Amino acid sequence: MSEEIKKFLYLNRRAPYGSIYAWEALEVVLIGAAFDQDVSLAFLDDGVYQIVKGQDTAGIDMKNFSPTYSALGDYEVTKLYVEKESLEERGLTVDDLMDLKWEDEDEDWAEKDSIILVSREELAKVIEGQDVVFSF
Amino acid sequence: MAIEVNGKTLETDEEGYLVNLNDWVPEVAEIMAKEDGLELTPEHWDIINFLREYYEEYQIAPAVRVLTKAVGKKLGKEKGNSKYLYALFPYGPGKQACRFAGLPKPTGCI
Repeated sequence: MSEEIKKFLYLNRRAPYGSIYAWEALEVVLIGAAFDQDVSLAFLDDGVYQIVKGQDTAGIDMKNFSPTYSALGDYEVTKLYVEKESLEERGLTVDDLMDLKWEDEDEDWAEKDSIILVSREELAKVIEGQDVVFSF
Repeated sequence: MAIEVNGKTLETDEEGYLVNLNDWVPEVAEIMAKEDGLELTPEHWDIINFLREYYEEYQIAPAVRVLTKAVGKKLGKEKGNSKYLYALFPYGPGKQACRFAGLPKPTGCI
């Protein structure tokens, strides 16, 4: 089906609720993952709130879709870059984020961390190395 | 559209998927299967239950590729292939089984 594997990066920059961007981005990622490309996600600015643990949407009448991020590994999306400065600016650490893992089929389903903490400078290099970048 | 289950009318969308997930009872699957000319076996129920558990955990219906792999891991390699799943659900394991399970159409199913 595919001639050449391309590197796709989805930038998530907005808070999860209040707009449809975060959920739409996630849906696009899940659909796009069917095309056997090298897909990774980055969370920066308010986008880091998308993967904060303990989300509760009971008061805002929106579906809490945060459990869906845990399914990304099943879709072979195993690289989730999180920008360190964005966390720090919001008083967050990596411990405030969901423990997102993927299972390596080649190593008897060993669980591995999906989250890769990067500095702003490192993230710039990651972006530079992509074929296609989508910003949400 | 709608289906009649236990004397109650349950709303479905234009493709026959339940509009309200919470309306689901096992009879929904039985009735939908009968309309498709299928008799549900324990093997069908393995997949339907698996899909409901997956949705419960991740809030999405898995794509067929993901379903196939996950079934292989959970129920054994001989079941984790599309031939086996299509034999059970001839209209597509994603689409048809999700409909029976009361879930929305899988994300990525066009």
